[in-house]
Amino acid sequence: MSAITASTALWYASRATGIISLVLLSAAVVLGITVNRQGRLPGLPRFAVTGLHRNLSLIAVLFLAVHVLSAVADSYVSISLAATIIPFVSSYEPFWLGLGAVSLDLLAVVLVTSLVRSRIPRRAWRAVHWLSYGLYPVAVVHSIGSSTDLQSGWLLTVTVACLAAVAGAVVVRLRRSTTAVPRFRRVITALDDAAAGSAAGRQAAERGARR
Amino acid sequence: MTATHALPRHDRRATGPGGLPRLLQAMDLDAHLDAYGPPPYRGARQLIEVVAAAGLTGRGGAGFPAARKLTAVAEAGRRAVVVGNGAESEPASCKDKQLLWIAPHLVLDGLQLAAEAVGATRAYLYVHPHPGLHQQLGSALAARAAAGLDRAEVQLMSAPPRFLAGEESAVVSRINGGPALPRFKVPPTFQRGVAGAPTLVHNVETLAHLAQIARGGASWFRAAGTAEEPGSMLATCRRADGTVEVAETAIGTPLGELLRLAELPGQAVLVGGYHGTWLTSADAAALPLANAGLRPAGAAVGAGLLAALPPGRCGIAEAVRVVRYLAAESAGQCGPCLSGLPRIATGFAELAAPRPRPRLRADLERWARLAERRGACHHPDGSVSFLRSALAVFASELTAHAHGQCSATSHRPFLPVPVGVPAGQADWT
Amino acid sequence: MNQQLRVNPIACTSHGLCAELLPERVSLDEWDYPIISSEPIPPGLRKAARRAVTDCPALALLLTERR
Repeated sequence: MSAITASTALWYASRATGIISLVLLSAAVVLGITVNRQGRLPGLPRFAVTGLHRNLSLIAVLFLAVHVLSAVADSYVSISLAATIIPFVSSYEPFWLGLGAVSLDLLAVVLVTSLVRSRIPRRAWRAVHWLSYGLYPVAVVHSIGSSTDLQSGWLLTVTVACLAAVAGAVVVRLRRSTTAVPRFRRVITALDDAAAGSAAGRQAAERGARR
Repeated sequence: MTATHALPRHDRRATGPGGLPRLLQAMDLDAHLDAYGPPPYRGARQLIEVVAAAGLTGRGGAGFPAARKLTAVAEAGRRAVVVGNGAESEPASCKDKQLLWIAPHLVLDGLQLAAEAVGATRAYLYVHPHPGLHQQLGSALAARAAAGLDRAEVQLMSAPPRFLAGEESAVVSRINGGPALPRFKVPPTFQRGVAGAPTLVHNVETLAHLAQIARGGASWFRAAGTAEEPGSMLATCRRADGTVEVAETAIGTPLGELLRLAELPGQAVLVGGYHGTWLTSADAAALPLANAGLRPAGAAVGAGLLAALPPGRCGIAEAVRVVRYLAAESAGQCGPCLSGLPRIATGFAELAAPRPRPRLRADLERWARLAERRGACHHPDGSVSFLRSALAVFASELTAHAHGQCSATSHRPFLPVPVGVPAGQADWT
Repeated sequence: MNQQLRVNPIACTSHGLCAELLPERVSLDEWDYPIISSEPIPPGLRKAARRAVTDCPALALLLTERR
């Protein structure tokens, strides 16, 4: 095989695994939001939703590793290993690749903290995990800007579908946050609910007694 | 009963039976120094031995041996912090407030001595902002600073008017700058508390006793009280004639004597506080104010509250008011408490109304069992205990209510219960 | 050396995974909060208990050593 063909293979590999990573990452974010709102997947126990979120995230990381390493190994364009971690130092497309480096760095922290999540303080794990909401849009912009693959055809459709799914899940998440009872009003709300429930129960009992 | 004993060298003014009162003598700094002299600093750890020998137990409600707490913090291995907990929080109790008002220097001596014992250089005094009290304490601290009495720096902290504000982990949470909400006690306060340091939290009455033990010694302290629970204690006595008195008494004194039940009979007696237990007057009269005697009757000394419900009042109405207050004062952090107490409060009010639905009693008991011992603090446990004892002691009143009758001749509230429900962060800070 | 499963009731937001992963020690009350048995965790249940601790979305469980 000639050098150009080998390079082309690596370049294609990087692009393909990049797209797959994006799809998997999108699924992971949607599942993560599903876990947070205690949503269920039909027919699956609760621990399966959590398990799926974790496993898809890990597979996404694997594909991401291949995506990054094949891009570095490929000699068609010059991307140093350092440029994949340090944002905006690449000689090739410094801005778009820089965004990729940013989301990679953020993902690395999320990954590491999640691997040791039962051994670090709860609040620390949670705070870092929130970075996911930052790394995802950066990864998307990186994907769209780094190559023209996603800008037309069925890959564009795939990209739009991923974005729509995540956007929908984020809307659900935001609505949950904004409509949730603020912590210092939980008790007064619970007392009002109990009073309403008791009044309703009493009315029902009286109606039943009158029949 | 108390025995006679030799007066300690500094306790010149105690002249009552058994050498009481020990704590409740009004003294400004000059009088205090005249009676006691400056705090007897003696190097770290020495005090702990004396306190252990004296058998001092906490006067904040838990009754934990004071020496054990001191040891735990002293041995935690890092620079410690001491907190004097004066946030009484029990609406019906005023013993800590009284003590801080009339004998602050005993408390402040105790705070300094405890700080020395555990190697702390920072101390806090955590108090509800009753009108004038903070000012009074501030002046007391300034006077001590001028006289060079204090070695640990003392900061006065304000406690919000919440029932749980005096709970140990809530105290630490407030001092750390957050709301006065209880925390999950892993790691425990004596290991990580204020600013992550090992923290000693003692009730202010406990500190006052400590200040006297440091001068008078263990045998002096043990001359009053019982062998397992030595010393004197402060009890808030709400008698059936409506009078309220903070009495200092030897532990083990019969409740009937403290409440004068013979001349002022009551229908029932509340022992401990709003996390305490109702007893019939007949049962209560002969029981001693001591955990060893109260436990078999299902009661405990608790916050030292004794209240005799006057004849002609409705015990059920009193209890419903208190349970509603307890539900409203939940921190709302733990599922079982947040789910259980409001239902219990509402259900109990319903049970006290005519013709309650048949399954209500069973529901109440089920909710009680689900709520107790499943929170981060003892609020659900104490509330359930109060409820159960009320249901037992006022059973006949409850039956009358079910038939639309009430034996009360007066509906004026007897037990003080604050109105209003906390509704925002400001209510907890 | 025995282990015991404990819940931090403040952190718990009733996801309910623990009851699925360790039904021998955890059941859910009528409000979906975990009721955890105080019985020790024998070696056979250790793996499931550790998984419950790691998988709890609220990180509300802990395994403590009991003497």
